[in-house]
Amino acid sequence: MKTAIDIDLFQKDLSTNLQKREFLIKGILYSFAVISIAVTLGIVYILGKEAFLFFSGGEVSIIEFFTSGEWQPVIKKFGILPLLNSTLLTSFIAMVAAGPMGLFAAIYLSEYASDKFKSKIKPMLEILAGIPTIVYGYFALTFITPFLKNIFGYEVVDVYNTASAGIAIGILIFPMIASMSEDALSGVPSGIKQAAYGLGATKLEVSIGIVVPSAVSGIMAAFIIGLSRAVGETMIVALAAGAGSNFTFNPFRAAETMTGYIARISGGDIGYDTVDYNSIFAIGIFLFIITLILNIISQKIVQRYREIYD
Amino acid sequence: MDNLRKKKNILSRIIFQTAIAAGIFALIILLSSIVNEAFGYVIFVNENSPIEIYNSDKKLQDASKEELIIILQENLSKGLVRKFNFMEPFEKRNKDNILNLVMTEVVNPQIVKAWSLYSSIFQKTRIIETLKNDYPDGNLVFRSWLSLRFLITPQSGIPEKTGIFTALTGSLLLLLIAIILAFPLGVGTAIYMEEYAKPNRLNRIIQINIYNLAGIPSIIYGMLGLAVFVRFLEPVTSGKIFSHTINNTANGRSILSAGLTLGLLILPIIIINAQESIRAVPKSLKLSSYGLGATKWQTIWHHVLPWSIDRILTGSILAVSRALGETAPLIVVGASTFVAQKPSSVFSKFTALPIQIYQWTSRPQPEFRKVAAAAIIVLLILLLTLNAGAVILRNYHNQKKKG
Repeated sequence: MKTAIDIDLFQKDLSTNLQKREFLIKGILYSFAVISIAVTLGIVYILGKEAFLFFSGGEVSIIEFFTSGEWQPVIKKFGILPLLNSTLLTSFIAMVAAGPMGLFAAIYLSEYASDKFKSKIKPMLEILAGIPTIVYGYFALTFITPFLKNIFGYEVVDVYNTASAGIAIGILIFPMIASMSEDALSGVPSGIKQAAYGLGATKLEVSIGIVVPSAVSGIMAAFIIGLSRAVGETMIVALAAGAGSNFTFNPFRAAETMTGYIARISGGDIGYDTVDYNSIFAIGIFLFIITLILNIISQKIVQRYREIYD
Repeated sequence: MDNLRKKKNILSRIIFQTAIAAGIFALIILLSSIVNEAFGYVIFVNENSPIEIYNSDKKLQDASKEELIIILQENLSKGLVRKFNFMEPFEKRNKDNILNLVMTEVVNPQIVKAWSLYSSIFQKTRIIETLKNDYPDGNLVFRSWLSLRFLITPQSGIPEKTGIFTALTGSLLLLLIAIILAFPLGVGTAIYMEEYAKPNRLNRIIQINIYNLAGIPSIIYGMLGLAVFVRFLEPVTSGKIFSHTINNTANGRSILSAGLTLGLLILPIIIINAQESIRAVPKSLKLSSYGLGATKWQTIWHHVLPWSIDRILTGSILAVSRALGETAPLIVVGASTFVAQKPSSVFSKFTALPIQIYQWTSRPQPEFRKVAAAAIIVLLILLLTLNAGAVILRNYHNQKKKG
């Protein structure tokens, strides 16, 4: 939308002093905005530089990094697969727990619930979303793990395991998926819903047959953002998923994730320019790229879905 | 409507309701599991029995001040007695103070076993049995791990004596630095993006960039902080550039580094929120200001900002509450695990509330889990207060705009 008048055209008549001040302020504000770009460039530069040092050190090649199934920094084995595997495992468990539940909750809030009920439930979901992740980590370790042990047996479930961390991450991203999906569902024009009701459809048929398919891009965007949060989540896995890499698909075994490794290694007083120090940046840039791609995909989907209904 | 469709309709409604209920249920379980750990019975066993050290029929509480001083002199090393006398002469201390000293230094009760709130209520008979069988000379006390003493005591390696004072002061300083960096920078950027930026390519890139910054995992910010503030800017963040006499061992792993890192972390949140607040300013307000001959900056300063400041503040409070709970970046930047002294300057080593919770939770002793639960309650109360403040501000804003 174009502004009715271009203010800048009129400001030429100002006295030079006032003009100077206006120009100066604009410059300052512009430099503030540029800082946000600088932060991103800084992240890319630093992660890239240290990762380059890691790969050019001669101890590990990029191909080995992505294909070797062993991560044992002590004996110079740097294959990211075990760490990536457990990151994907916890994220998968989280999505299985939070995805359908979040969507169902969103459908209920958008199609079934009264406004009064909604106004009571939404703040509760906001509280759930605002609880720091360290608290979820504590919850995973002191409640979910003993709970799993009680159900599946004390020998079957390790003290540290990816299942408990995954469930806690699921609870963490549930409110986010629910509220983003609800926004998407509420955006569906009521005209097409009324048309379906007019043809005699039940509420379920309207919700599942009309509203969800119409809002599918927004729901997908919500799921992808949720996945991105799950992949980057650190404190829950640092507390509940265990230390030491372990290439396993068993969710009841301890297995360190990418973020868990970064947190554990940098928690000690590591020396600069050591292989350990550089290795966390190599993992960091990989993590950064994954989450960036997920976020961009989600934004693209949202943009497309906006175009349909606006 | 045929029967099957009707049944499906009702069944699905129940499933959708269950999903909501599960979310609320998770919240309740989460909170109650923390409360469950923070209160409960504990068994204290005295290092020295009060009866043995006093050697009298009377209770230790009824002993005179002189008798108590004698007990101290008999049971503690001379150096320790001299130290206490030096800190505050015994003659000047009152009786309660001396009694307190005897209790903590000589009797020295230690927790040997602790139960959760649930066990304390429903399994009291079993607890009493354990007391009788395993700890015949122990005292059973109902303990709230969260107490005023817990708030004002510095860190200690013993669970019943530790506190969060150093962590609280650390957290407050971190937030202060973060907000000093992020608030002006964030609001300034938002003003530029909303009022000055033309829809050209560069500005679009800046905008997309801001949205993406908000989605980067917090641990990546920690790595940025580690490489830039801790390592590259070490002379500044350790304070060496300002004075050579600053005596610290932080080596850049200081409050300043961590605070700046948190500031960068909340910057995109503050920008996005401030942009939305500024966008909500009615166009008529701006146009009438221009119509009276005001310059762009005069319009922004006298009309746009006053109109939107409540909302900007509301969003900034929420950003601060995000920073308060952040743990991962602080670990990467190098929070210290044990800091018993109050930070002396922004160049000191630091610890923060979430770091303490992390440390205590990851220790094997069950007593530390209870200390962690108490610290989590403090953290959640702080967050709740911040959020309540934001809500009150929002409502105040809405009323003012209506009236």
